[in-house]
Amino acid sequence: MSKDNQKNVSRRDFIWKIGIGSVAVSIGGASVLTVRYMKPNVLFEIPTRFRMGMPEDFSPGSVTTDSKRKVFIIRQKTGAFFAISSVCSHLGCITQYRSIDEKISCPCHGSIFNLSGEVLSGPAPKPLQRVLIEINDRGELIVDTAITVSDDYLLRV
Amino acid sequence: MRRLYQIIISSEFWKSIFRTRNFSTNLGRSMVIFNNLFLHILPVKTKRETLHFGATMYLGFISFSLFVILTLTGIYLMLYYHPSVPQAYWDMKDLQFAVSNGVFIRNLHRWSAHAMVAAVFLHMLRVFYAGAYKTPKQFNWGMGIMLLILTLLLSYTGYLLPWDQLAYWAVSVGANMADAAPVIGPKLKFLLLGGNNIGENTLIRFYVLHCVILPLAAAGLIGVHFWRVRKDGGVTPLFRKRSEQIPDNE
Repeated sequence: MSKDNQKNVSRRDFIWKIGIGSVAVSIGGASVLTVRYMKPNVLFEIPTRFRMGMPEDFSPGSVTTDSKRKVFIIRQKTGAFFAISSVCSHLGCITQYRSIDEKISCPCHGSIFNLSGEVLSGPAPKPLQRVLIEINDRGELIVDTAITVSDDYLLRV
Repeated sequence: MRRLYQIIISSEFWKSIFRTRNFSTNLGRSMVIFNNLFLHILPVKTKRETLHFGATMYLGFISFSLFVILTLTGIYLMLYYHPSVPQAYWDMKDLQFAVSNGVFIRNLHRWSAHAMVAAVFLHMLRVFYAGAYKTPKQFNWGMGIMLLILTLLLSYTGYLLPWDQLAYWAVSVGANMADAAPVIGPKLKFLLLGGNNIGENTLIRFYVLHCVILPLAAAGLIGVHFWRVRKDGGVTPLFRKRSEQIPDNE
């Protein structure tokens, strides 16, 4: 290295940069560590994928509510199944099925849905989410509330 | 009685705490303020106009008083409250029905919390309409905004702690509002709740935020806020002409 290329860094400047650099590194490291620490790795939540029993346990034209897992299992009169999340598409309250007029209603802000999950009235911006329902190799119904499906998804058995 | 008073205020012990006793001069009165940790946050001199009720309607003072009440009653409540899912609701009910004066402390805390949100908001309106956010007080207006946000966050985190239906669903709704924020929303919700749903993790997170992190942040910012009022001056009403203002030497 020739002498011309050397930048003239004073001792004070050098110490200042070392100081600022180490403070920046430690603050950065502490921030990354903190955010990572805040994110739990193990959760004791109920699984999103679960068995719902045999298809013949559900009579055609029935609505079954599982409020713990936040899902409605609907069997149409034709025998086809679909599952819709009971989590309101507005702000996440749990909707309830009203057998008296066959509607789904939300207690928080009064949204009303029909049995296909479509919004009839209230502030909900979109239909209730249809979620995956399928048959496993033992012939049982499996629902996964974490997997969303299109609004025309039907399970025929 | 008078002699006892004289003995106390001329004792070494008293003088070691309160150094200034000469209130007869301006200097003496200033020294009282300078030499006291708690008083020195106040300006040594202030405009008579600023102390007039119409200037601030004492809303800042009311907000701070409520903050003090909330801190004290909050400490009382912490002695009986366990932030765990099986315990929280029953502890709240015990405070209402089984603990002596528990219902008084709990109600004082709850009503003061509602009042503080209102007082802080009205304080902000008063400052706004008096034009006290303008130069050189912009920084303190910003501090005030941060304190308003902290007040709302304290209110929101405290809302979950009774662990009843209202608490659960109100926080559900709030967390889903955070979820709707672009890009960072879902991650923010996950960090806030400590999971995908409101549960044990959420309760302890909100408890720590409510009892430690947010009050400390608020206390720090309140200190800066007061210091700036002392340095930049408080609210001076604009609705009076200069000629109608109360003279300082009156």
